[in-house]
Amino acid sequence: MIPAKFDYKPAQSKEEALSLLAEYGDDAKLLAGGHSLLPLMKLRLATPEVVVDIGSVDDLSYITDKGDVIAIGALTKHRQVEQSDILKEHVPLLAHSASHVGDPQVRNRGTIGGSLCHGDPASDLPAAILATRATLVISGPSGDRTVTSDDFFTDFWETEVKEDELLTEILIPKCTGEKWGFQKFNRRAQDWAIVGCAVQGGDNPGIGMVNMGSTPVRAAEAENALRSGSSSEEVAELADSGLTPPTDIHGNESYRRHLAKILVQRALDN
Amino acid sequence: MSIVGAKVIRKEDPNLLTGRGQFVDDIQPIGTTHMAFVRSTEAHALIRNIDVTAALECEGVVGVWTAADLNLPALPGVPGLERPALATGKVRFVGEAIAVVVAESKYAAADGTELVIVDYETLEAVTSIDEATADNAPLLYEELGSNTVAEVTTADDHQAIFDGAPHTETIKLVNNRCTAAPIETNACLADYGPAGLTVWASFQAPHHLRNRISAWLGIPQDQCRVITPDVGGGFGQKINFTPEFFVAPVLSKILNRPVKYSQTRSEAMTSMYHGRAQEQEVDIAFDDNGKILALRVFASQDMGGYADGTGMGMPVLTTAMSAGCYVIPNVSIAWRNVLTNTTPIAAYRGAGRPEATYLIERAMDHISYKLDMDPTEVRRQNYIPKDSFPYQTHSELAVYDSGNFEGALDELLNIMDYEGLKEEQNANRTNPEKPLLGIGFSSWLEIAGFGPPGSLEGFGHLGSWESVQIRIQPDGSAIIYTGASPHGQGTVTTFAQIASEYLGIDFDKISVRHGDTATIPQGIGTMGSRQVAVGGEGVKNASLKIVENAKSIAAHKLEANPEDIEVTDGNLFVKGTPSKSLSWAEVATFSFQRLELPEDMDPGSLDTTILQEVPNFSFPSGAYACVIEIDKQTGDARIRDMYLVDDCGTVINPLLAEGQVHGGVAQGIAQALFEEFTYDENGQPTTATFIDYLMPGAPDLPSYKSGRINTPNPNNSLGAKGIGESGSVGTPPAVINAVVDAVRHLGVTHIDMPATPQKIWEVLQGGSK
Ligand SMILES: Cc1cc2nc3c(=O)[nH]c(=O)nc-3n(C[C@H](O)[C@H](O)[C@H](O)COP(=O)(O)OP(=O)(O)OC[C@H]3O[C@@H](n4cnc5c(N)ncnc54)[C@H](O)[C@@H]3O)c2cc1C
Repeated sequence: MIPAKFDYKPAQSKEEALSLLAEYGDDAKLLAGGHSLLPLMKLRLATPEVVVDIGSVDDLSYITDKGDVIAIGALTKHRQVEQSDILKEHVPLLAHSASHVGDPQVRNRGTIGGSLCHGDPASDLPAAILATRATLVISGPSGDRTVTSDDFFTDFWETEVKEDELLTEILIPKCTGEKWGFQKFNRRAQDWAIVGCAVQGGDNPGIGMVNMGSTPVRAAEAENALRSGSSSEEVAELADSGLTPPTDIHGNESYRRHLAKILVQRALDN
Repeated sequence: MSIVGAKVIRKEDPNLLTGRGQFVDDIQPIGTTHMAFVRSTEAHALIRNIDVTAALECEGVVGVWTAADLNLPALPGVPGLERPALATGKVRFVGEAIAVVVAESKYAAADGTELVIVDYETLEAVTSIDEATADNAPLLYEELGSNTVAEVTTADDHQAIFDGAPHTETIKLVNNRCTAAPIETNACLADYGPAGLTVWASFQAPHHLRNRISAWLGIPQDQCRVITPDVGGGFGQKINFTPEFFVAPVLSKILNRPVKYSQTRSEAMTSMYHGRAQEQEVDIAFDDNGKILALRVFASQDMGGYADGTGMGMPVLTTAMSAGCYVIPNVSIAWRNVLTNTTPIAAYRGAGRPEATYLIERAMDHISYKLDMDPTEVRRQNYIPKDSFPYQTHSELAVYDSGNFEGALDELLNIMDYEGLKEEQNANRTNPEKPLLGIGFSSWLEIAGFGPPGSLEGFGHLGSWESVQIRIQPDGSAIIYTGASPHGQGTVTTFAQIASEYLGIDFDKISVRHGDTATIPQGIGTMGSRQVAVGGEGVKNASLKIVENAKSIAAHKLEANPEDIEVTDGNLFVKGTPSKSLSWAEVATFSFQRLELPEDMDPGSLDTTILQEVPNFSFPSGAYACVIEIDKQTGDARIRDMYLVDDCGTVINPLLAEGQVHGGVAQGIAQALFEEFTYDENGQPTTATFIDYLMPGAPDLPSYKSGRINTPNPNNSLGAKGIGESGSVGTPPAVINAVVDAVRHLGVTHIDMPATPQKIWEVLQGGSK
């Protein structure tokens, strides 16, 4: 619970953050809301030598309507996502998912960029990002590049963002008026999901699953069934298909498979 | 109106709520150093070598010590089984202290511990009672030849009664291992200077700790002072001895500087004593009416890696209280204490009685399953009638003082709509939209008010009384000094209420001080729901004695008979002549002035010290019901309502009594549905964080509906029994009985604690039992 020694470098802008990352390389770690990084540092599971604090880079905190897409700055807090009128209208699934993250303290510190970059299969927002088929903007020494949400999560707690890069923006196609559903199964109010799912309807429906593999994942077979107009029972029956959920003290693999089906059905029916 | 029994708000709160509380970690004398332990990462291993070289070079580190460097005696404990202050040659659980680092900051201390290299020779670990008692099991102490360190076999197993009984049933139960996890972890600050040793400690019994530290260090008690400032919860975890309280003074002496230890949560999870961890085999014999004919209990207590004195006593309390609220003509008990490579076990709120209540209340429901009888009816068949007290149980320890068990059940059924719930339960079973509904009962009784001579000495305490000293100040206000050492219970308020009632001094002019061996008379401490029933009785008796003397002073000044003096509203006056009156302030001032006193009275003689004894334990009881809803698809169980009828005799402060019940019930629900401390096969803890150890919070718990009956305690004049542990004793069986009730129609008769959604789902699938 006592972190190892580190240097603290606050960055005032994206450019300053990038240059600090260039300077310190893999000794450095970005600090956004700190709600995933600091617990790891306190347990000494992460021991960065330099912490580059981007928490006060205000121009990366916004939610903007850009016509076909909604653009969200990486440093936007869960609470802002949850309460945004723009998101409630055009991407209600994401606003709703954000309201299920942790407790109010967590939501007032944690950022959408931090949640995505942490790459935790147990987190809620990655599932919503997968379901809405968002695109992610990554800034690096040689400028910006975009990655689809499908390509973003590469391994357990690993993402496409390289050591010298920064996630800056999330672009989500509008899903105004489409059906959507979100289900989270946990024991205590502020817990991570044992299993969760984010379902986005529309022409190209998406189903993002929480805690059903080593990365945030889509339930591709269930999505296909949904696209081809199958009943909610038929879609739900495929919710775990092709996925390899973990076994841990909160639930074993077969229970997670069962939960996935129940939750997808509920997300579709409610 | 009487102030005893009034809903007075806590005197303690303004200080705590405005951040003016003072906990050990807030205290920072000049020159304070910080201590941290290198803790075992192995459950069972020989220590081949400890290399501290790198740690010594770490910036900010003042020193590093191992057992070999300090050559310390073992900690006070069970004779022959004392645990070392620092591991000597062998480690017996993950989290055991191996070496100690002192540094200029807590950060440097933590860095230092990371640099100590321990070379282990891993041994096979035993992590359960079954493994530890198997043939050829690896032994924690080779020299003992067994992991079983105490065993009591039954004198008479009543087999003939079982053979002839219309019905018998065997039940196997596991009382899951829990940790209390108080919000303030263990902490201490030792300052050993030329004038002696002062230890600030987060502890429930300061004198107990002082006596042991002074004996262990070989310094006179007058030069050894223990202060327990504000203490952030204890629940029994802070009456036991862990290395920090002894090692910090030693290092303070060596360094001639204050040494502070403030434990991290990660350490607390594995190094503070755990609770429960008891397995039981229960046989019952009963007739067609549900009347129980015989009960046989065999309790196996997991002791963890070291045998603690209170831990050893857990199955004693369980087997003493196994018959619960019932007339059971034949009871046979047996138990054993078994070492395993896990965190040591000691008292945790309820300490042995939740285990007893769980077994007998599960047994009652098993009778109802077998006979298809209503569970409340089974209980009515067996209750001890309310006119049969004192009631001698099968156990010498337990002579029930008083009780009205059927009355509590009647009141419980009064505050809930049992018939309506049963109808709803039936309707819900066939309605796919509705959750399964379960209704579970628990008629419980516990042994509290640890106070009769001998009751705490067995656990290593100096006595079983509690000390109370009341000093009347010259302005008529009063200060109570007590050996009780409250840490959240609100005793400052209840003691002031009792004193105000019997002294006739305004509640706002009474302070209560505790937790300092230099200023408080020798005391025992706060545990076993004893404060009001023992210490509170002392407050009353001391007050009465003071008032008697105050009346003599008033009578002397008012030229009246002491018998004619009455005390009301802060005044002492002559009965029938209110104009002849003195204020308490005047009498208090006179009490210090030779020339104003009657001849036979010395100045200052109002002050009174009492070591209050009581002739028997107290036996709080009650009836609880849990109404639970289970999601048919996921197995998720959520409590809809808890109905709670408590009988703790006289209630001093209903707000505080209710608060104690709420907290206890929360911990009972936690044990039944959420919490279990577990290990993998190598003895590595698998629930050592709050992500995995599911301590519930307020949003996860229901609101409670309370009722109350009052059967006074005949063994103290207040009539009070104690309420600190009731909730955690009575709740787990009510919850599990409700869970099983919800799935009874599927033929289910048992689900182990904690009843997690996965376990319930498996049962719904027909997957087990
Ligand atoms: C008590 C508690 C409960 C929680 N419950 C939930 C829950 O129910 N559901 C849930 O989904 N989450 C939960 N969380 C996690 C929470 O959502 C975190 O806030 C979030 O996962 C991380 O966001 P952050 O801004 O705090 O990131 P940080 O902790 O600051 O950073 C996380 C990681 O991302 C990197 N990073 C941050 N920002 C960027 C960026 N812009 N570009 C590149 N890398 C970056 C950091 O270097 C670090 O590796 C909980 C956390 C806590 C403490």
